[in-house]
Amino acid sequence: MEMYLRPAVIGVMIFVVFNALIIASAILVLAERKIMGFMQQRYGPYLVGPHGVLQPIADILKLLFKEELRPKGADKWLFTLAPVLSIVTAFVAFAAVPFGPETTLFGLLDEPIKLGIADVNVAVLVVFAVTSMGVYGIVLAGWASNSKYSLFGGLRAAAQMISYELAYATSLAAVIMLAGSLSLREVVDSQAGTWFGFFSQWYIWLQPLGFVIYVIAGVAETNRAPFDFPEAEQELVAGYNTEYSSVRFALFPQSEYINMVTMSAVATDLYLGGWHGLLPIYTPLDPLIEQYRLGWLVFIAKVAGFLFFYIWMRWTVPRYRYDQLMQFGWKWLFPASVLNLIVTAALVLYLNA
Amino acid sequence: MPETFTFYAFSAMAIIASTLVIGQRNPMYSVLLLIASFGALSALYIQLNAPFVAVAQIIIYAGAIMVLFLFVVMLLNAPREDAAEWDRSHPLQHPNIGRFGALLAALLVVQLAWALTKVSELETPVGARADGASVGSVLEMGRILFTRHTFAFEATSVLILVAMVGAVVLARREGSNQ
Repeated sequence: MEMYLRPAVIGVMIFVVFNALIIASAILVLAERKIMGFMQQRYGPYLVGPHGVLQPIADILKLLFKEELRPKGADKWLFTLAPVLSIVTAFVAFAAVPFGPETTLFGLLDEPIKLGIADVNVAVLVVFAVTSMGVYGIVLAGWASNSKYSLFGGLRAAAQMISYELAYATSLAAVIMLAGSLSLREVVDSQAGTWFGFFSQWYIWLQPLGFVIYVIAGVAETNRAPFDFPEAEQELVAGYNTEYSSVRFALFPQSEYINMVTMSAVATDLYLGGWHGLLPIYTPLDPLIEQYRLGWLVFIAKVAGFLFFYIWMRWTVPRYRYDQLMQFGWKWLFPASVLNLIVTAALVLYLNA
Repeated sequence: MPETFTFYAFSAMAIIASTLVIGQRNPMYSVLLLIASFGALSALYIQLNAPFVAVAQIIIYAGAIMVLFLFVVMLLNAPREDAAEWDRSHPLQHPNIGRFGALLAALLVVQLAWALTKVSELETPVGARADGASVGSVLEMGRILFTRHTFAFEATSVLILVAMVGAVVLARREGSNQ
């Protein structure tokens, strides 16, 4: 590829990823309601379009035409800044996530490109840093609304996200030690191949505890049920976004869904082999996927599966109590992740020596 | 040159944000401006070819410590600082303390000027220097931290531990047995 084409390719990639994330959040809204309906033995949205598939468009239009309200005592600047911060950090976090091997997109391009916007050598930390900035959007929304329910939601979000970030980062560190690299692409590529020609060489086999911790902490980080305390509707009306309406409100759920996508994509990269191997065990399809460079389709399939799991969990597990959440985070999850880290470190040292 | 332009842009951002931190009446704004200042600093680290330090800056300061700051400000529901209310009564408002502070500030400026005259190799970027390669690569950084700077590293960890124990002692309620 000519050198002057690089910025153009990156620009196109940014455009595609940006729109893909927006579409993904729309699909997730529909998927969530459809799956919830299925689990509760009803249809879910059914009226707009065939089987209700156009429901997200109707939702967006409705929200666009609503009036933007701002409470009288609200802080004018921060009230507007909060949803913007939320959505910006949600989009930016995905920039460091690679989502496919080198591909020519079915021969459309002369030379293969690496799928992923920024190939940073500390990608794991970049994703972690940007998602940890996402808490400001929620906290500021809670504070700036000048409403006690919003404030409670914001405080809960801050406490919860700090507590679970520790376990989250510690479980990441174990994988980083196994792969010996902070670059997500290198972590993925170290998972290529199989053990004994049967098990795909995924880190989920080596880090089962780490994976469980990552998933739990990830759910808490994205404020999803059963850890959706910042917006627990039975206790706090709607939590941090109580006073928001119209587009400002819409940005919060949207950033939540985009954060879910990022979380799933990172989980796929770190534990589920990224674009290597379709299933945890070897399938005859695997060589074909490598041959035709279809890894990115495999990646999307895995992320979709993970997102289904997210939604499934939301409608299956009841919400915790807030003190239980804190107890669980500090007394069980964090020690378990530290133990996992120490054992992994010892084994890596022992086996490498 | 785009590098020079971004350097001045981020430096200006860091300086302006830091200056505004002191100028705010509302502590909430101060906290947010401090975060903005950290963000600009981390951009400067990236320009110095030290992505790990940049990301660590964001994770530790902007992502963790400032959340705690924000948390405390929100919990206290700090109103606008009303200067007139505690102006004369507060012990920190004593003129001698102000003079002492001015002395410290002057010392800091002198120290900065002295340090800047001692700086060598201004031309080469940090990541490109032979011994400064540590800043760029995580592996090298860890190696240097646990060999050449072991004492400083361990001393800092003890310091942090002492601060933590102190915080627990202070937070413990009087007369509670737990």
